[in-house]
Amino acid sequence: MDSALVQLKFRDPARAAALEHALVAQAKRIGRAPVSIMHVCGSHEQAIAKFGLRAAFPDELDVVMGPGCPVCVTDVPEVDEAVALALAGVRVATYGDMLRVPGTSRSLADARAAGAKVDVVYGVAQAAELARTLAEPLVFFASGFETTAVATAAVLLADPPPNLSILSAHKYIPPVMEIVAEMPGSKIEGFLAAGHAATITGWGVFERFVARHRVPVVVAGFEPLDILAGLVRLVELIADGDVRVENAYPRCVSRDGNREAQARLWRVFEPQGGRWRGIAHVPNGNLRLRDELAAFDARRRFADEIARGLAQLWDHAPPALVAQCQCGDIMAGIASPHDCALFGRECTPDAPVGACMVSTEGTCRIWHQYGGHPDLRQLRRRAS
Amino acid sequence: MRNARFVEDTITLKYGAGGSAMRALIEQVFAPGFGAVEGGIGLPEMDDGAALPLGDGRFLVITTDSHVVSPPFFPGGDIGRLAVCGTVNDLAMMGATEPLALTCAAILEDGLPRADLERIWASIRRACEEAGTTIVTGDTKVMRHGELDRIAIATTGVAIAPRIVSDRGLRPGDRVIVTGTVGDHGLAILATRGELALQTQLVSDVAPINGLVRAALAAGRDRVVAMKDPTRGGLASALHEMADKSGVGIVLDERAVPVRDEVRAAGELLGIDPLLVANEGKAVIGVRPDAADAVLAALRAHPLGGSAAIVGECIAERAGSVIVETGFGRRLLGEAEGELQPRIC
Repeated sequence: MDSALVQLKFRDPARAAALEHALVAQAKRIGRAPVSIMHVCGSHEQAIAKFGLRAAFPDELDVVMGPGCPVCVTDVPEVDEAVALALAGVRVATYGDMLRVPGTSRSLADARAAGAKVDVVYGVAQAAELARTLAEPLVFFASGFETTAVATAAVLLADPPPNLSILSAHKYIPPVMEIVAEMPGSKIEGFLAAGHAATITGWGVFERFVARHRVPVVVAGFEPLDILAGLVRLVELIADGDVRVENAYPRCVSRDGNREAQARLWRVFEPQGGRWRGIAHVPNGNLRLRDELAAFDARRRFADEIARGLAQLWDHAPPALVAQCQCGDIMAGIASPHDCALFGRECTPDAPVGACMVSTEGTCRIWHQYGGHPDLRQLRRRAS
Repeated sequence: MRNARFVEDTITLKYGAGGSAMRALIEQVFAPGFGAVEGGIGLPEMDDGAALPLGDGRFLVITTDSHVVSPPFFPGGDIGRLAVCGTVNDLAMMGATEPLALTCAAILEDGLPRADLERIWASIRRACEEAGTTIVTGDTKVMRHGELDRIAIATTGVAIAPRIVSDRGLRPGDRVIVTGTVGDHGLAILATRGELALQTQLVSDVAPINGLVRAALAAGRDRVVAMKDPTRGGLASALHEMADKSGVGIVLDERAVPVRDEVRAAGELLGIDPLLVANEGKAVIGVRPDAADAVLAALRAHPLGGSAAIVGECIAERAGSVIVETGFGRRLLGEAEGELQPRIC
């Protein structure tokens, strides 16, 4: 808990005010609007919404969240596989956030309500502990970007219990940035990259991206001052037409990252192409278990059970509202939650229609949590 | 009302969360057919209780509250203490700080140990003593095993008050005071729950605050214009309701809101905002600007009001909204929906 208190020093409002002024000055230098910046991380959106930062952003600046919520981009067929396993009688453990993510017709929560064995755990280590206490097989439905995948890899490399296996929905962020940058009509002029993923990959991983797409990238941390400082630098780079990677989170991120963690990651996983929910097919965007670890790969170990469970799914019609869900466009940064007719009405955290309303890292969920409209630039300052 | 939301075909947990869904349920299902109380406060006002004019300028104030809590024993209190404080505090929020008496109905689950019941009743007696009231009648039911989680308690309280303070009296310029630290009860309860089992020092703030409110009213008199206790739904729901009913916007200075360090830390860990969780020994008090300092001083002089603070100011714009000044920017304050789920991922 001490760490939470230590973070407070990165929340100094006086320094924030100075950075806000610098941000306005840099945005004015560009001399046109809107200037679109994308971040690709639910933790960034959480901080921006929680601290009301959008109200402090200059009018010229449009900061949108891209595909930065691992739970949200878990594709429907991946959720279906987990639900199918559970319905076929295999015990499944997963993160609380994954429980209510809708698949084609049902979620893991629905499966649990129907009698399937579904456990909520904090992470893969707790799943391994749980497996050790069980006689039956346990499948951990693993989601998350490279930061979380490293944890999964560590458990698989440290003598895991033989009854544990992994249904990997892990995703790899760098390739999806390419997709978003290449989307037709993309107006993104700069990317704010997620600091925690970069602690693993290093900021050097973005150099090729920057060279290819000619947009600057700034790696930033998650405290309000980190985000503001990162944005100031990014807007400055845009104003100068200076296309490069910068590290605005040097207290945690190095150029090469954590090589040991990378080694573990690639010993366990290999990148494969696959769909990200609502976004596109992302070449090398999915992390799947290597052949050497086939014994721990739930897809191979329980292929029959998955097939059997999937057949059951078609007994249930997909919810009618799904057709109106805008999660895909919202995750691609093309639409905001306010462009969705369901937001805050038919679609709430209690009764989510789309994945963005389920996870605490989803744009819709975050906006809903912080009042539904975090953009208060129009409201005048307090009169006193 | 602000929320044009409709009540669905099935009642789910969110209708009991103290937020906009619950208010919609009351408006659309419970309140219709029950008219206003002439010269007083009745169901249509959806205040903390009712006020019936006695004809001599005074009011009979009455309120009722049912209590279920999991677990029934928690750090800092138990369901018995909660049942007394909830009703005593609701009376106080109407301006009735001298509760005449309470009634108490207990519904018990088959299999409840007598020792647990004795312990709960000892704490009911102690809370009554602290509040200066007593229980004068009651009711007992026992339900089959599994039909109830151990115990539910409903209490009703009556008091006579010379003047009623509603929850809708705010005007632009008025100041908003909270009488102490926010989030203690809610996070203490969440931290004890099964899957999390956090090792924390968190303690519920459950306490009768009629004495504290008495001190505030003595200092501010008719310049105290609105009161509400931030129970379910926390400070967020209390402020929303006051803003909505009063037709003002409330600008909340987030840095001025007193929150214990350990509550803030637990909140960050669990991903739960202390502004959204229940308090059981606090009040939100709206005062005219010229009386704010006197009321604040009176609160701080009371043993339960040491960390009272002025946290907000009412504005004419954005009626019904609560705007949070974070120190970095501004955002709207959201309300809790349904049961708060700790962040797992």
